[in-house]
Amino acid sequence: MEIIKTTHLTKVYSNNGLEVKAVNHIDLSIEEGEFTAIVGPSGSGKTTLLNMIGGLDDSTEGTVKIAGTNINSLSENELIDFRLKNIGFVFQAYNLIPVLTAKENVEFIMLLQGLSEKERKQRSEELLNHVGLTDKLDSRPNQLSGGEQQRVAVARALASKPSFILADEPTANLDSHSTSTLLDMMAEMNEKEKVTFLFSTHDQRVIDKARRVITIEDGKIIKDERR
Amino acid sequence: MKTIIKIAWRNIWRTPMRSFLVIGSIVMGIWAGIFVIAFSYGLNKQRTLSSIKNSISHIQIHHPEYEKDYDSKYFLENPDLIKTELETNENIKAFAFRSLLNGMISSPVKSNGVRIIGINKNREKEVTGIHSGLVEGNYFESKRKNQILIGEALSKKLKVKLRSKIVLTFQDTDNNIVAGAFRVCGIFKTQYTKYDEGTVFIQNSDLQRLIKSKEFHQVALLCNSLDDVDSTYHNLKTNLNDYEVKDWKTISPELAYADEIMETWLFLIMIIIMLALIFGIINTMLMAVFERRRELGMLMAIGMNKSKVFFLILTETFFLSLIGAPMGMFLGALTIKLTSETGINLAIVGEGLQSVGLGNVIYPVIETKFYIFIGVMVFIFTLIAAIYPSRKALKLKPTEAIRTI
Repeated sequence: MEIIKTTHLTKVYSNNGLEVKAVNHIDLSIEEGEFTAIVGPSGSGKTTLLNMIGGLDDSTEGTVKIAGTNINSLSENELIDFRLKNIGFVFQAYNLIPVLTAKENVEFIMLLQGLSEKERKQRSEELLNHVGLTDKLDSRPNQLSGGEQQRVAVARALASKPSFILADEPTANLDSHSTSTLLDMMAEMNEKEKVTFLFSTHDQRVIDKARRVITIEDGKIIKDERR
Repeated sequence: MKTIIKIAWRNIWRTPMRSFLVIGSIVMGIWAGIFVIAFSYGLNKQRTLSSIKNSISHIQIHHPEYEKDYDSKYFLENPDLIKTELETNENIKAFAFRSLLNGMISSPVKSNGVRIIGINKNREKEVTGIHSGLVEGNYFESKRKNQILIGEALSKKLKVKLRSKIVLTFQDTDNNIVAGAFRVCGIFKTQYTKYDEGTVFIQNSDLQRLIKSKEFHQVALLCNSLDDVDSTYHNLKTNLNDYEVKDWKTISPELAYADEIMETWLFLIMIIIMLALIFGIINTMLMAVFERRRELGMLMAIGMNKSKVFFLILTETFFLSLIGAPMGMFLGALTIKLTSETGINLAIVGEGLQSVGLGNVIYPVIETKFYIFIGVMVFIFTLIAAIYPSRKALKLKPTEAIRTI
């Protein structure tokens, strides 16, 4: 089943009258259960592409369909609600809420979805167990290592049961051990639970784990390799 | 909702020093506002009570024509009717009949224009506080004739002392010039220097003998309390419609206006203080929003809608105010409680205060309605203060706020 479909997706930035095409007519299709990495040099347009797929940025031209919904036609509030229900985000800088514990951070997104306290508690504990943080439920982000924080971020992204997870450079701030643990965990989720992952990355270890690698340069897909 | 409130509460303690500073400024602002209000009210109340106690009393009754030119021929006709009416009114605590004349007082070195008030010493004692304001001598204790009480300011002006002889000159009811020699038996001091300088008290019997008349020009009366004045005034105005009946607000309108002007002024002062506090709160919340741009961007990215982001910032702002305001109000109430008992001694500016009818010691007082007003103001101004930072937060674009997803 096709989860993400972009058609002629284009983003033009205008700077002092100079137009720069960050993303140039990209047609892309991601199926459910894929473990895909978008790679390319800095400024190639991978982050802009992910921002548009995630509904965080408007396209200049073209459309993004997520599970059949054209997100370009949604209002700002509808888009926020759509993101809440359909997309999980993992940020390079973890971006956890610093005043909440690991468990509360995971619960928060379910709270926004309106789940009951019982459901939130049960699912957050399950997810944190799943990412190997059973003993860190009540730790605040500043009491966790970078790798642990990113694992909480993955648990948070999964908490809303999204259609797919967008992860921008998820391993950029992690050491080798944490990167390896995180990648193994995400690969296992992908294989066993068919969770769809779409990464943007420079990290060779992520590229090695990916089962599809899309290479972008100057806003265009120059290579789409399936393994 | 509960979680957002929890986040808001924890957020304000992320930078405890900054939160303490803004809460401290709210506490101090509200405390200062309450104190200024109470002090000003105390000042005004004291001025009013002092005037009532020393000169005007609560209600006065005159001949309808008397106040046109203060002519002694306009005496109170049928005083027994007035006496009966006053004696049967339960709200009246005491009353005193007075004879009033304008004249000159002369010592061997100087003369001065004065209002001569002829009193019944025992009756007057129940209505005014002149007897308790004596700084020298006594209150007509001697059985000798022609004793006089003069103010301290007047004694200095005339350069006379206790037991000095002075001469009073005035017109009798037939417009003949009459003079009488009096001996100073007491020197009084009220909180109003001008009054002390222009008023003398003699006994009715002495005055009436000189003017060859047993008539009175004024009845001054005191009600049981200030709250009884309005009803008593309207009652007397109806029952004694052949006379001019005036309450203290009519006799001395500047005192009544002062109350109203003071109230408006104090409301304005409080609003100005609140406006100053608003800028402190806005500044703090703006800093908080700008520092947490990435975090707020992330919250919007993962699906926190704008109303919840607005509520988060609003709640944080309210926490700052709701901690500060009750503390400020409590501190203010405590200060007022303490100072209303001990008073605030302003002896250093005593002379200035006395020239406008005030004592050296001010007793702050505040009405409950001001606490309610402050509470409502804090709520409204906090709401206003929260709007700008909240709007700033809502304008953040998730991609710009977090740079990358």
